Amino acid sequence: MKFTLSWLKDHLETTATVPEIVAAMTMAGLEVEHVIDPATKLKPFTVCKIVEAARHPNADRLQVCQVDTVDGRKEIVCGAPNARAGLTTIYAPIGAYVPGLDVTLVEKPVRGVVSNGMLCSAAELEYATESDGIMELPDALPVGTPAVDALGLEAVIDFEVTPNRPDWLGVVGIARDLAAAGVGKLKDVSIASIPGTFPSPITVKVDGEACPAFAGRYIRGVKNGLSPKWLQDRLTAIGLRPINALVDVTNLITYDRARPLHVYDAHKLSGAEISTRLGRHGVHGDEHLIALDGKTYELTPEMSVIADASGERPIGLGGVMGGESTGCSEETTDVFVESAWFDPIRTAQTGRATGIASDAQYRFARTVDTGSLVPGIELATKLILELCGGEPSEVLLVGEAPAAPKPILFDPAYVGQLSGLEIAPERSLQILRDLGFTVEPPKDVSAADFVTHAESVVCVTPPTFRRDVEGKADLVEEVARIAGYGALPSTPLPEVPRAVGGILTAKQARARTARRALAAAGYSEAVTFSFTSHETARLFGGGQPEMLLANPIASELDCMRPSLLPNLIDAAGRNARQGFPDAALFEIGPTFHGERPNDQRTVVAAILVPKAPRGWNKAAQDDVFTVKADLLALLEELGAPVASLQTAQGSASSWWHPGRSARLQLGPKAVMAEFGEIHPAVLKALDVAGPVYGFEITLEAIPEPKKKSIKTRPAFSPSALMPLTRDFAFLVEKTKAAGDLVKAAAGADKALITAARVFDVYEGPGVPEGFKSIAIEVVVQPREATLTEAEIEALSAKIVAAAEKAGGKLRS
Amino acid sequence: MTDLNTLESDVLAQVAGATDLQALDAVRVAAVGKTGSISGLLKTLGAMSPEERKTQGAAINALRDKVANAIAEKKAGLEAAELDARLASETLDLSLPAPYRRKGSVHPTMQTMDEMIAIFAEMGFAVAEGPDIEDDFHNFTALNFPPKHPAREMHDTFFFNTKENGERMLLRTHTSPVQVRTMVSQKPPIRIIAPGRTYRVDNDATHTPVFHQVEGLVIDKGIHMGHLKWTLETFLARFFETDAVTTQFRPHHFPFTEPSAEMDVQCDRSGGEIKIGQGTSWLEILGCGMVHPNVLRACGIDPDEYQGFAFGMGVDRLGMLKYGMPDLRDMWSSDVRWLAHYGFSAFAAPNPASGLS
Repeated sequence: MKFTLSWLKDHLETTATVPEIVAAMTMAGLEVEHVIDPATKLKPFTVCKIVEAARHPNADRLQVCQVDTVDGRKEIVCGAPNARAGLTTIYAPIGAYVPGLDVTLVEKPVRGVVSNGMLCSAAELEYATESDGIMELPDALPVGTPAVDALGLEAVIDFEVTPNRPDWLGVVGIARDLAAAGVGKLKDVSIASIPGTFPSPITVKVDGEACPAFAGRYIRGVKNGLSPKWLQDRLTAIGLRPINALVDVTNLITYDRARPLHVYDAHKLSGAEISTRLGRHGVHGDEHLIALDGKTYELTPEMSVIADASGERPIGLGGVMGGESTGCSEETTDVFVESAWFDPIRTAQTGRATGIASDAQYRFARTVDTGSLVPGIELATKLILELCGGEPSEVLLVGEAPAAPKPILFDPAYVGQLSGLEIAPERSLQILRDLGFTVEPPKDVSAADFVTHAESVVCVTPPTFRRDVEGKADLVEEVARIAGYGALPSTPLPEVPRAVGGILTAKQARARTARRALAAAGYSEAVTFSFTSHETARLFGGGQPEMLLANPIASELDCMRPSLLPNLIDAAGRNARQGFPDAALFEIGPTFHGERPNDQRTVVAAILVPKAPRGWNKAAQDDVFTVKADLLALLEELGAPVASLQTAQGSASSWWHPGRSARLQLGPKAVMAEFGEIHPAVLKALDVAGPVYGFEITLEAIPEPKKKSIKTRPAFSPSALMPLTRDFAFLVEKTKAAGDLVKAAAGADKALITAARVFDVYEGPGVPEGFKSIAIEVVVQPREATLTEAEIEALSAKIVAAAEKAGGKLRS
Repeated sequence: MTDLNTLESDVLAQVAGATDLQALDAVRVAAVGKTGSISGLLKTLGAMSPEERKTQGAAINALRDKVANAIAEKKAGLEAAELDARLASETLDLSLPAPYRRKGSVHPTMQTMDEMIAIFAEMGFAVAEGPDIEDDFHNFTALNFPPKHPAREMHDTFFFNTKENGERMLLRTHTSPVQVRTMVSQKPPIRIIAPGRTYRVDNDATHTPVFHQVEGLVIDKGIHMGHLKWTLETFLARFFETDAVTTQFRPHHFPFTEPSAEMDVQCDRSGGEIKIGQGTSWLEILGCGMVHPNVLRACGIDPDEYQGFAFGMGVDRLGMLKYGMPDLRDMWSSDVRWLAHYGFSAFAAPNPASGLS
């Protein structure tokens, strides 16, 4: 919404400057986006007079002018055909920046004659979009007058209107708030009624649904034409294009009172009745309207249609745009003025469906003042009679606008209760009155008592243009914003006892630990979109129809991600293409497996693309066992029961290398993590060079830690006896998991064996085909007394027996 | 005596002449070993007269001690020389690089989030979470967005396809649905923050389709806007880690709060970057207000008994402001160079003792 200071001053008596107005608007809730001040832009430009104009010696189309300027007499070369002696125009000195040309003037000869400045056209000053020749100004303007004054230009304030305040879409609404905020005094903005002299020959019928209320008036004998300069200037200043007096009047009232109107050329109407109804699309076939913008729109049963010819011919989209067929022209003599009320939701939908964002549509979509139907007609009548003459009919009002806002029982003390502001009750009520609210005693209190008991409950009725105010909290906002949020106290929150053991849930705390642990382990945290492409989602077990977005921003971001891995792998690929192939990335975030709240998981995923720079010591690259180590270390940090985890090889999801991946699980239904090497086919589909190793932990799958009431740990009781180690080598089938053998060996005597570790795996000469040799170091911790040779022998036999059960044959 | 003197000078010369430990040991064996020359002399003592034994014994023993000392001294010297030689041969070029080790980092957005949680935890706020995929009720209706109201349009919502029953799931446009879920499931007093991912159909230099919010909610008896102002002022001063943070409250409109406000922070915008805590410009950084009575009612809380405030702020944006990251989109690019440049140490977990970062 744009307006100028002089327009505001039509309604507000004030001496405030533009910056003061802007500051007051901001603090009253009108967010100023920017102020366009032509005085800054046009500072170097002043009025000048051409004293003499002679043909350029070397160019037919140029003239060399002697010009009286603010800098004295100057010789200026000018190419405009209208440059002539005696003309009053605008001068730009050397060094001036000409906005319309986007150049800064420098002194240089034009075909051999030095031009000491420039004579300007309206377009060069950005005063008009196009112009023919240099400006022609009234001769009365003295030389040196600033161009802004000569042209009557002033600052334009552009601000954002929040959807709750459609009344701010009219200058009067802004003036009212600023007056309440103490910036000035609101002038009388009431509208006098003009009696009609004859009954309207056009009648109106509303259906209540397409249009609940419609006020109209016939004015005959008007003479349409260009608007006077003041009206044209006013519209031009805020970026509107003057068309003709009748149309300009409606635009003026739209911006002055937030009251859109429409004027029909009465002679172009068919029949004597205007009616409103919904569009007929689909019932009687397609229905169309050629609107004032010259475009054809399809009318649907959701749209409000204005029609003539017994309801048969559409002549307007209600509240959005009029039809071309009944628009006003220079020849118009009789008009019918419409001031109606259209439903905001219907208007908003029509705007979206047609793509029309007219000033009327914008206002009706945000709710037009239900009390403005007849005043709108009266103001339009006054202006039309002033500008075009004519004779008005009586005013018609059919239908019923939505009821006026209901009174609100209000205790002014509630202002302090909700806002914390210390403000006298009478001041609160005065602010409400200044904003147009009616403050009355409640029904059971007499007016006389009321005056002396202002603190008590009152009855506040919002004006019809403030339908956003529905309850006492809204009234507090009105008082608080006008009193000024700067006056709000700063009150410490009451102290509350701190939660024992921190405020984070186990899952939140684990995510936090995982972040720090992985960063410490050398992984860089990435944050990626929750989306992936449908194809990629399918590669990672997702892509169900309910996970597809109806309105994605791009086709490669059209699906909720079922896994964090694809985004991380993608990122590694992007980095590699930029010359940084070595990547260790992780992300902690949501994955999506369905639309219900518990279909969402919090996942910790990491990938490792080992492309470390060559080292002089020829160290091997990291591999799948690196991520296994990082994964187990992390699970331990997260308090997962690592010792009880099974490594289920070959059961991981399809996006992993089938022979180099596994699940870590407590059981087949309690899968905590998957890890391994990413399937080469998946990498190929993602166009990323492998190998890529990784893991994915589902935080929800890690059992909640037991809540302990005390933090003490069991007593430390180390054995006084030295642990001893024994080595064994077993032959097992090549396909057997070493983990099972280790587990068996370790479980042979749980009291004495504290660890069993693989220290060699061998295949080759000496080992039968299809077998491998696994060497295990078993750590034995004597408990009571040093073990005798016989006891050690017995223990070894137990270990060998256990290994045999697991398919291992002691190598002799 | 001449014999002893000759022997002494002979043996000492041999000791001095030994070039390595092996040679020295040979000298030792030849002199004081079982069959050594000095040991042999000692064996002759038994055949001597007591007087002769007295003088000769003392002389031979003295010789033996002298030789033993000389050998020990020479041995120490030879050992030291041998160690020096070995160490010299073991020299490594320590200017060679250590094995490659990757340096990990915490993403600045997540660091910022952790900082915010740490500050609010100190103020007694718990952390609430909810799903990213929401329904219309929790994202809009319960928050006082009337059906089809234009205010919904301003949220640029991501939708899923409409189901057969006409319902249409969406991606939450703010974390306010978590507030709703909290109010529906808990009785006041409530003091929570709701951090998480939020979504809007928007993609340019200052907007990404996914972004992070931290919202806050306090519901109790007698909570007013002054408490809101204090909470946010205190938060911002702690967050930007400067005493010089100046803020202003400005009226605004949100469907779910009444009265509503935006908070601006004073900053300096000269020179293309934004510096908080100096300058004369204002920068809008968050929206807030008193929870709308309709929202309380929709969540089963009596607005005549309880009242409270809510606020919401963009985590990514506050992180950018604090740490001077120029482009929001970079934060989602996973560029390893960017992550290394703007990332945080694993050990920079915010805490009240050592600070936020």
